[in-house]
Amino acid sequence: MTDVLPRPQVAPPVIDTGVVGWARKNLFSSWANGITSLVLMFALGWVLLWFIDWALLTATFTADSGAECRGHGACWALIHEKYRYIFFGSFPYQQHWRPLFAVITMLSMLLLSSDRRMWNTRLIWIWSIGSFITFLLMFGVLHFSITFFLVVALVAGGIGYAIRSVIAQKAELYAYYAAMGIGLVGLVLRMLGILPTFGVTIAPLSYVETGLWGGIPVTIILATYGLAFAFPYGVLLALGRRSHLPLIKGLCVGFIELIRGVPLISLLIMASVMLPLFLPSGTSIDKFLRAQVAVILFAGAYIAEIIRGGLQSLPKGQFEAADAMGLNYVQKTSLVVLPQALRVVIPPLINTFIGFFKDTSLVLIIGIFDFLNTANQALVDPKWAGFPGEVYLFAAFVYFCFCFSMSRYSKHLEVELNKGTRR
Amino acid sequence: MATKAAHDLSKLPSVITLKGVNKWFGQFQVLTNIDLDVKEGEKIVVCGPSGSGKSTLIRCINRLEEHQQGDIIVDGVTLSNDVKNIEAIRREVGMVFQSFNLFPHLTILENLTLAPIWVKKTPKKEAEEIAMSLLKRVRIPEQALKYPGQLSGGQQQRVAIARALCMRPKIMLFDEPTSALDPEMVKEVLDVMIELAGEGMTMICVTHEMGFARAVADRVIFMDRGEIVEQNEPEEFFANPKNERTKLFLGQILRHQ
Repeated sequence: MTDVLPRPQVAPPVIDTGVVGWARKNLFSSWANGITSLVLMFALGWVLLWFIDWALLTATFTADSGAECRGHGACWALIHEKYRYIFFGSFPYQQHWRPLFAVITMLSMLLLSSDRRMWNTRLIWIWSIGSFITFLLMFGVLHFSITFFLVVALVAGGIGYAIRSVIAQKAELYAYYAAMGIGLVGLVLRMLGILPTFGVTIAPLSYVETGLWGGIPVTIILATYGLAFAFPYGVLLALGRRSHLPLIKGLCVGFIELIRGVPLISLLIMASVMLPLFLPSGTSIDKFLRAQVAVILFAGAYIAEIIRGGLQSLPKGQFEAADAMGLNYVQKTSLVVLPQALRVVIPPLINTFIGFFKDTSLVLIIGIFDFLNTANQALVDPKWAGFPGEVYLFAAFVYFCFCFSMSRYSKHLEVELNKGTRR
Repeated sequence: MATKAAHDLSKLPSVITLKGVNKWFGQFQVLTNIDLDVKEGEKIVVCGPSGSGKSTLIRCINRLEEHQQGDIIVDGVTLSNDVKNIEAIRREVGMVFQSFNLFPHLTILENLTLAPIWVKKTPKKEAEEIAMSLLKRVRIPEQALKYPGQLSGGQQQRVAIARALCMRPKIMLFDEPTSALDPEMVKEVLDVMIELAGEGMTMICVTHEMGFARAVADRVIFMDRGEIVEQNEPEEFFANPKNERTKLFLGQILRHQ
């Protein structure tokens, strides 16, 4: 009732304001607390001073060889000398602007995608254009075969139909049918060998094979596309695992348990060593692509389990309310279930993303030069031997920047998505 | 409710018919030989002790639960495993749950327009107009842009009623709509339901609000252990219960009212 007289609001008492007040309350509230605070502050200060002295005051920033660094603090001259190799690996030296711009493109793509206002059809454009530019810069020459276009038509038609079949106008529906039909018929003809292979080649730059790729673009590509494909794949696996159809459920459970049961390294080695043995002679799949697929499969299984947790946390009533309204399975899942389930699992999901960003460094096992591996290789030069600390610290710093921003973004997203939805 | 006694239901067409419906949860029989015929515009209140199968009964009508034997015919369509039939029936049958089941990630307005837009292909603007007029009817248009979590229980339940009405259903099912509410909010929800009944909606309500049953019901059904034990007009039902079990039940719930 609003006609009850409001009691005058009294402000809470003002105590313990300012730095001194805060410190007295939190650091020196008792003798024990005060002594602990002092000891910890002293230790922290000592470590910090030592680090500043080593990393800045007595450090060497330019030198011709490692010998000049000896006896001093940190040898940043090594990083100064090798940073282009560490960042871009064996990519042709004169062409280093290409991976640089590829990295910038990918980072802008990720940055744009992190904005919630882009979470609609714009996302498709951002990723199509971003990926096109990235791979054009990295490869220099892109060849789109007819098979590629057919697969795109089939997938686009299928997804469009699944999501929009109920509310689409006639013309739009026919477009989806046409896309699916062309894709399917074309692929069948292509497999039977009736449709000859042809394609479009775009070649503005010189071709650089994936074997020469290295450094930060490799790490970002493996992580970005690994997770970008693993995410929808993981969602499908999670939904499949909860399916009432025993065959689909069995397949999904089997796949998830199988992949989770083996280390990523064994999967990578299988992809790089075993898979070629089973392929017919003459055909070969790019090693980089194989590693990428292994990462996708592996991440997919883990993401699936996280999302399953989110799906299980939804009260049964949400499913029933959606059912009672007459929403079909796709609508129920995409409009009611997943938006809620994904919100719940943002923290563990980003945790997994961060884990996989770092786990991509395992590809060094099969000889792919990701960022950590190129940093490692920079140490091999005998002229600069003996400064692993500086290089690994530098690599750790770069990894930290990526992982910490992901962690911050997760925090931001949690707040953003839960605005007003919870009491 | 002057109009209530005046209309004769027997000449009206049936919209829901249950014939010999049986259902089991595992080995446990929850519904036993249920026969029920609901006329267009009829208001039925279902009551009974907990675990008597009331909720299961109405959840079978829109197939949230599957029955194993017998026929259920809703609006001329016989319920079967055919997904198209089920979706067709669910478009005609609105349901209000005990725990509201609003979608917490959508605003009130989005909760209301979701089904009209995606199931009935109503243009968004039109769906929003319908939603706003329904929110006015349940007397909370000012909450349209808030999220369910920001509303009181009574307000949430009224939104849930409006959400079900948005599909312009022929039949409304209420599954203990006031049981989860704080006492001071029960009335605001019942008022909306009484108003709805006055407009001629076909309603089946599982509820223990006997005042509501007296005010609007054409028929009160008492269920126990999965069977319909007794059914009658509310005056008769409350004044002269025939069955011992009904007497016992009424004695228990009316003692405190």
